[in-house]
Formats: sequence, C-alpha cells, structure tokens
Amino acid sequence: MIVFAASTLVTNLAILVLAGFVGYAVISKVPNTLHTPLMSGTNAIHGIVLLGGLLVIGEAAGVLNKTLLVIAIAFGTINVIGGFLVTDRMLEMFKGRRAKDGDE
Amino acid sequence: MIVASSVLQDHDFISVLYIVSFAMFIYGLSGLTGPRTAVRGNRIAAAGMALAVTATLLKPEIGNWPLIILGVAIGTAIGVPAARQVKMTAMPQMVALFNGVGGGAVALIAWVEFRETDGFAGVATYVVIFSVFAAIVGSISFWGSNIAFAKLQALLPGKPIAIGSVRIQAVINCGLLLIAVGCGVAITAGETDGIWMIALLVSAALLGTFVVLPIGGADMPVVISLLNALTGLSAAATGIALDNTALIVAGMLVGASGTILTRLMAQAMNRSIPSIVAGGFGGEVAVASGADTDRGPVRATSAADAAIQMAYARLVVIVPGYGMAVAQAQHAVRELAKSLESRGVEVRYAIHPVAGRMPGHMNVLLAEADVPYEQLKEMDDINPEFARTDVALVIGANDVTNPDARTKPDSPIYGMPVLDVEQAASVIVLKRSMSSGFAGIDNPLFYNPKTSMLFGDAKQSVSDVSEELKSL
Repeated sequence: MIVFAASTLVTNLAILVLAGFVGYAVISKVPNTLHTPLMSGTNAIHGIVLLGGLLVIGEAAGVLNKTLLVIAIAFGTINVIGGFLVTDRMLEMFKGRRAKDGDE
Repeated sequence: MIVASSVLQDHDFISVLYIVSFAMFIYGLSGLTGPRTAVRGNRIAAAGMALAVTATLLKPEIGNWPLIILGVAIGTAIGVPAARQVKMTAMPQMVALFNGVGGGAVALIAWVEFRETDGFAGVATYVVIFSVFAAIVGSISFWGSNIAFAKLQALLPGKPIAIGSVRIQAVINCGLLLIAVGCGVAITAGETDGIWMIALLVSAALLGTFVVLPIGGADMPVVISLLNALTGLSAAATGIALDNTALIVAGMLVGASGTILTRLMAQAMNRSIPSIVAGGFGGEVAVASGADTDRGPVRATSAADAAIQMAYARLVVIVPGYGMAVAQAQHAVRELAKSLESRGVEVRYAIHPVAGRMPGHMNVLLAEADVPYEQLKEMDDINPEFARTDVALVIGANDVTNPDARTKPDSPIYGMPVLDVEQAASVIVLKRSMSSGFAGIDNPLFYNPKTSMLFGDAKQSVSDVSEELKSL
C-alpha cells in the first residue's frame, strides 16, 4: 500500500514538473498586448479547484463541512464561469480590430 | 445500461478525459499568442474545463447532488452578471476578485479534508504536506486578493497603508509565516485538533492581508500577478493531494503564467519582488526629495492652445496611464486621435508595461475603444521615436514618464525604464491637479520648459481639445 502511494506521488510530481515547463514555454510567447486576457484566462483555469469541491462533497458529513463545500463550489464556479466569460468579452474587442501585424 | 454506466465510471476512462481536458488547456493557452487565435483559444480552454467537470461528475464517489447543484447555481448567479457587466476599466479588481475566490476555494477544500479525516488521521504524509501547503497559500491568496480588490475598487485607500515601519512589518509578516508553517508542521507530525488548522488558516489570512495592505497602487501589477501564481500553485498542490491530474496540470500552467508575469512586471519597474512584497515603496526617500524642490514654474495651458499645437504637428504620441482608466477617457482619446488623423497627423500610442494597475491594462482599454493594433507601441519601439515627435500627449501617466528614473540616482524610482517623453518637441500633460502621483514622487517633467499642463478631468479635457480641433 505504501509502495503504491509513493509511486502515485512520483508520477504526479513528474506531471507537475513537466506541466510547469510546458506552461513556461507556451506562456513566454504571449505578447505584452495580451497580458490582461492571459491573466484573466489563466485565472479562469485555476477555477479548476471546483473539481476538488465536487470530489470531496460526496463523502462530506455534518452541516459545517457541507456548508463550507457549497461555498467552495460556488467560489470555484464564479472563478471558472466569470473568468472565461470576461476573457471572451475582452478578446472579442481585440479580434474586432485590423490585426495586420497582430501575430507578432 | 449497467455495462455502459460502468464503462463511463471506469477510473481509466475518466483519467483519459482528464488528459484530453488538460491538453485542451495547453492548446487553448497557446492560442493566446496572437489576437486572431486568442478568442478560439480561450473557448477551447473553456471547453476543456467543461469536459473536466463532466468527467469528475461521472465518478462513482460523487454524491450530495442537491448541494452540488446549489453551489454551482450560486456561483453562476454571481459570476455571470459580474463578468457581463464589469467595465473594462474595472478589469484589475475583477481579476483580483476572481483570483481571490479561487484561493478561497482551495483553502476551504483543505479545511474540510482535515475535518473529514479527523485531522488527517491515517492519511499518507505527502497528502498531508500538500494539503497543508494548499491551505496556507490558498488562504494568503484569498485575503491578499480581497485587499487588492478593495484597494482597486477604492474601498480602501490606494496608497500604502503602513502598520509601523517597514522593519516592524517585516518582523510581523515573518512571525505570521512562521506560525502558519509551524501549525502545518504540527499537523503533519500528527496533531489532529481542529485548532491547529484554524490557527494555520487565520495566520495565513493575516499574512495575506498585511502583505498587500502596505503595497501602493503602482505596484499592483506585480501583486496581482504574484497572487495569480500563488492560487495556481495551491490548486496544483490540491491536485497532488487529491490525486487529480487535471488539477495538477491546470494549476501549474497558472503558476507558470503568474510567475512569468510577476518577473516581467518587476523588471519593468526595476525592482526586486522581495522589495515590493516588503512594501512601503519610497516612503522616506520621497520626503527627502521633496525638500530640495527648486523646480521653477509650472505652465498651464488651455484646450484651445493644445488643439492648435496638435493640429499642426506631424507626429503626436499619446502616453496613457492609470488616470485615463480612472476617467474612462479611452473612447474620447480615440475620437481625438481620429480627428487628428483626418488632418493628416500621425498618431501613436506609447504603452509602458506597468502603466495602469495590471499587466496589459492600457492595451485592453484602447482595444475597447477600437484603436488599431499597429498604433500601439511598446516602450523599446517608441522611445527612439520621441526625438521626431512634435507633441507628446501624456494622459494620466506620471511615474512611467519621470526622467528622474534615468538621471537622479537618489530617486526612489531610479533605474526604472521610462518613456523618454521629454525628448519630444513639446509635451502636454493632462492631469487633475498638481498633486504628485503614487507615494508622492515629484516629476520634473511637469516643470520642464517644454511642458504645458492641461488641468482637469482627463475625459473632459480630451473632449474639449477634440471640440476645439473641430472648430479650427
């Protein structure tokens, strides 16, 4: 059992490190002009903690635990939905313009 | 039917869905490298998120459906109208708020995990370590972001709020960090009493509050980026604790993005991240430099004069700053630029990386006002152009145009790369009054004989100049 747990950890740490490098490589290429949408877009992505709330609430017992998790799920949902919507609004404004050298 | 549902609930099947969803996050983010692909990129990332949520809901251990629906409904009811209605000028506080709730969710989940397992009894040590890390960082991020929001929304004063001297603050903050980490170590070592977790969350909350309170408005781009990175890392830690790959990858992507932005912003201000976090920017130095004011007179001008100057110019460079955002002047600025262009005047915009309150703030506002992409020039591209510029029109920007940053070694912003506005043949500064900007740093640009000041609300002043221009 301990061996199994340790190997899960190692696999997940490998994913963590690789994801960090991939993120660094991809995001380094984003131009200054798009930094605000980048920030609000990645903001929406960390709303993925919503999944944590969904997973934990299944086994939750007691009023306090359940209340805390409902708040956590609500927070996560605000983060995800609000973040993506606001980014979409912003990017539509960028797209609407003559973007001749826009991909530089 | 039973067979189908067991396939859907299969652990490997759900893991594959997670892999597809984080691949969509990465692919979507890579679309953000250009404005044409960005909308699609963001939608792909959103679809990836929908897939990750769906996959999670398929898991057999999912229960308490009414509560899940309640939480999602509350979140939707708050998040959708907020995102739809927020003005582009209020974007920094919106991002701070969304960032804060993400951190809050992380901290709450860690807290409930602790309570559910009777203080992490019988839980693998590494799970405890990552949960404790998530709780501390999530709590810091939640409270720090809320304070940043309150400052940007002007619920709290934007200037640094000091609790004693910088040194006392540093001692208090270190103490709070030690308490939070100490509680975390105690919990990892086997303490199961709920008080440890509460002490951990409270000390982290105070730390987040005290770190952001003394930070001035001009340092906000760095702080928001840093808080964004922290929330991402705490989400990744939650992912390890819950053995969820989608959370790990998504969290690390945000962590990387936040880290890059934090470094870029700090570089653009020529300041180290620790010195910004320590706060109290320029407090004492600014007083000292205020003593030797032998600046000469300030020349005020009128909208009519400004209009004449610009009407007969060949090249006008507009330098926007936070003042343009506050006055919501971006549309008026665009109108002015249009009428100048119809007279054959060339118009460019000089964008300093830290102008405004978050990375890329000015670009978003000018995009909203339909300013053509190719007229927006970054600092390194526009600085050589100032020498051939006839009029530099500074709209609500201050520190990013301060020549002291280049010439005066004892200035608190010495070494910060600035826009070489004073190289232009003449400079018109739109400003509400002569009160100095953030932290009271004097700007010799305003006393330069080339400079004339047009006092008043930026939006009003710009419209006035436009009107005068039409009647010429």
